[in-house]
Amino acid sequence: MEPSPSHICRLHVNGDERSCGVTPHTTLLEALRYELGLTGSKQGCDKGDCGACTVLVDGAPVLACITLALATEGRDVRTVEGLAEGATPHPLQDALDRTGGAQCGFCTPGILMSAAALLEREPAPSREAIALALSGNLCRCTGYTKIFEAVELAARELRERGARTR
Amino acid sequence: MSERAKPRKATPDPGMAIPEPGMAIPEPGMAIPEGRQMPKTQRLTPPAWQGGRAVPPNGDAFHLIGKRSRKLEGLAKVTGRAIYADDIALPRMLHGKLLRSIHAHARIVAIDASAALAMPGVHAVITGKDLPEYFGIIPWTQDEQALCETKARYVGDAIAAVAADSERIAEEALRRIKVRYEVLRAITSIDEGLEHPDIQVNEKASAGNVSKHVHLAFGPVDELLAKSDAVVEAEYWYEGSTHGPIEPHCCVAEFDATGFLTVWSSTQVAHYLHRDLAKVLGLPTQRIRVIQPVVGGAFGGKSEPFSLEFCAAKLSMITGRPVKFLYTREEVFYAHRGRHPMRLRYRTGVMNDGTLTGTDAKIHIDGGAYSSFGLVTTYYSGQLLTAPYAMPAYRFDSTRVFTNKPCCGPKRGHGSVQPRFAFECQLDKLAEKIGMDPIALRRKNHIGEATRTVNGMRVTSNGFLQCLEAVESASEWQRRWRKLPYGRGLGVAGSMYISGTNYCIYPNEMPQSAVQLKLDRSGRATLFCGISDIGQGAESVLAMIVAEELGLDLRDIRVVAADTDLTPVDLGSYSSRETFMCGNAALDAARKLRDLVAETLSERWGVPKGDVVLAQGMAVAASDPRQHAMTVRDAFQAAEARHGTLGSVGWYQSPKLGGDYRGGTIGASPAYSFTAHVAEVECDPEMGQVTVKKIWVAHDCGRALSPVAVEGQMEGSAYMGFGEALMETHTFKPEAVGHGPGIHHGPSLLDYRMPTSMDTPELESIIVESVDPEGPYGAKEAGEGPLHPSIPAIANAIHDALGIRCDRLPFSPPAVLALLKAGDARAAWEQARASLAVTPKAALGTPAGATRPRAGKN
Repeated sequence: MEPSPSHICRLHVNGDERSCGVTPHTTLLEALRYELGLTGSKQGCDKGDCGACTVLVDGAPVLACITLALATEGRDVRTVEGLAEGATPHPLQDALDRTGGAQCGFCTPGILMSAAALLEREPAPSREAIALALSGNLCRCTGYTKIFEAVELAARELRERGARTR
Repeated sequence: MSERAKPRKATPDPGMAIPEPGMAIPEPGMAIPEGRQMPKTQRLTPPAWQGGRAVPPNGDAFHLIGKRSRKLEGLAKVTGRAIYADDIALPRMLHGKLLRSIHAHARIVAIDASAALAMPGVHAVITGKDLPEYFGIIPWTQDEQALCETKARYVGDAIAAVAADSERIAEEALRRIKVRYEVLRAITSIDEGLEHPDIQVNEKASAGNVSKHVHLAFGPVDELLAKSDAVVEAEYWYEGSTHGPIEPHCCVAEFDATGFLTVWSSTQVAHYLHRDLAKVLGLPTQRIRVIQPVVGGAFGGKSEPFSLEFCAAKLSMITGRPVKFLYTREEVFYAHRGRHPMRLRYRTGVMNDGTLTGTDAKIHIDGGAYSSFGLVTTYYSGQLLTAPYAMPAYRFDSTRVFTNKPCCGPKRGHGSVQPRFAFECQLDKLAEKIGMDPIALRRKNHIGEATRTVNGMRVTSNGFLQCLEAVESASEWQRRWRKLPYGRGLGVAGSMYISGTNYCIYPNEMPQSAVQLKLDRSGRATLFCGISDIGQGAESVLAMIVAEELGLDLRDIRVVAADTDLTPVDLGSYSSRETFMCGNAALDAARKLRDLVAETLSERWGVPKGDVVLAQGMAVAASDPRQHAMTVRDAFQAAEARHGTLGSVGWYQSPKLGGDYRGGTIGASPAYSFTAHVAEVECDPEMGQVTVKKIWVAHDCGRALSPVAVEGQMEGSAYMGFGEALMETHTFKPEAVGHGPGIHHGPSLLDYRMPTSMDTPELESIIVESVDPEGPYGAKEAGEGPLHPSIPAIANAIHDALGIRCDRLPFSPPAVLALLKAGDARAAWEQARASLAVTPKAALGTPAGATRPRAGKN
């Protein structure tokens, strides 16, 4: 966003080595969206309240709008663009689409990243565990019901997939 | 009456005479210079299809309609590929920011922007003088300027705009603009506004601070109230709330060297934005293109033009470069246009057998600083209350008052959520007074199908009884209501809502919705329509209709939407109109092409036209599918060879509707949806904490074209209503040391408490399908109606749990505790149970309806 960046920020995003010019106060969200063209992560509140900007840093959900880009150098950053395997959507993405868990879709990238982190540490979460994991992601469209259903559906799909490959 | 749909099951007979309005005699003394009477001119009438609109086009069953399917744009959204306004970046694009007033009410004496303009990276600064033209969504009440020219009317009112190389430079530039204010006394409440007509908030008010006054009366209200066995009178307060879409308002404007302006905006009404841009910028409409990218939620909050669109356009015209504005979350709270705070005093009467007699309502509305949709809001505060119950007499007197606060407007269930809350609480109290089950009371007064309300609204299909039955049974009402232990309770409420309004906001007799449909030799169809998808799945519903008619796969339909250069006009996503109106337009366009294809094949195969079926990618003769079959693509090619290039148009214009009195068209809709909720609460009488355990939502949406989308609207609505009932308040601080009046209590998503995944109760949606004779395949609305009963159902459940009446929103712990302390709640609770035991009025029999409730879950 700044016309004259003062630093080069080297980011490890979705498995790629990317670099861009930033200032010390450039947020990770700004770097992703406006410098690297990764517009999947959204800005809903610009102060860490809504969760639409959630990305994974070293596997943990982080609010990219209140994280400085330079602070994530050398760490593994994963965004919604990195969830799918090639052209095949991640089971969470597929499930959200099937259940109608994405209406306007603006909170969806953040929801997906929080849910992905949950399923990586808890393959069979209870509905309470899902609600807790998503409590930092506001959704204004769905009333959350169909999002819960989608996470349960995806968890089942991932478990079955795991069972098949074992 | 033109030929309409063949009745199917619960469908009212379209030939059945709906009684003409015998009422509709407003009392004298109405001060309503605007409003609208039914125009005398003839209206366009959509084609009457043989067999009607409600039946499947290919044989007895639907192939796609009513099935659980994905949305057209769903995978783009879940993979982060969907392009929202802020995802657009153009070469040389500048960033704009608005300077906003720090005073609730202040004259702008002078603005000095020289220091800002001198900053490197700042390209232009504009103030009110650069955009003096007034605009406003309602043509009769245009009282807004893109930037205040002489006076700021609320904290956050826009005063100046900057275009700079970056957002940060623009923000810094704002700090260097010097505004000299003369602070005026602020009007911060309805009563203050009425008591001080001399301190005028908005100079365009007809008098003092009255934004709009409506007085309408139907039937002998006083006489019937006097004769009633029981009358309940109470005052209710509905607190303001805001939409809170997760996407903040954003737009990009580009004025090119040929003098053509393109605006990409997160709007839900591209057509109205198009018109107002022309007016304010002084450009001809044909030199402006408005494009709606994917919108990240709106709920009514993006249904008007805002400062950002005018300022982005103007700054682009000045600089010759594209300009983007992205509101901060704080600014979204100032843009507002949310739920109007309302004070509602109701007097409602009932006979001992449960028959409602009449209602007298006096309503005061806090409008904020500008008119917005306020004229309509003021009518809606009374006009939409005369169903689903038969009300023999009804009177309302509504006054909308200007105050120095962000402007209120249309939030999901525009203007009718507040009176619905008051009225459904009234019903609960009346039921208690006469010792009747509140569900039985509602049943007893059911208005029925194919009828007219006392204020002249035509009701066609009506599945309200089935909705009541569905929530009664799902919640185990009979076993549990008035029987749960102290602290736990059930409450019921009902509602009705419009499926679009019957007139455009500005007077004209052109279609309200239109589509163009193009069939390609490749076997693909492209539908062009001004429809505004704001997440509800509007585009997908159109695609389903076209696919159903033409036998195509959903993936073989492209919808080009909401682009004023490419798509015929649709008025936009408001008043729950898209499925009904655009759906009907799409149905007509698709049927015209289906007819051509069927005609071609019937000639070729020597079979009757009605024998040709287009389904699942194949065209066959139903009588001999082995002999006569080809792919739909081949069928399109045959039709193109026979008839020339294949394209069609379809449009929708509602019939003339409403009462023949000024304002009688407001609230009139071609079809009404009906909803019933039962809410279950668990309350902590020590802490005053109310926990909503579950809400059962039964909604009559006509035929559910896309059950996934319908459930999504039902659940989202119930959630939003729950938030308003218990958590959300859009309120302002009084003057205190260090600041003046009118400061928002917390313009952030942390302070403004939208329910999270942990707060939201379990929601169970039960779809009820009364097939409407005029809806596309019988469909009606689902987006707004299901919000209404949430709030009163929760209030009534709290009464069942604690014996207190929550007549003021929100039902927060301090409010609940105060009510518990104010009287002997426990005694009231015991009395409520006793009153039912003394005069048990058995549930009145449910008439056997053919409307089918169906399980909401897959």
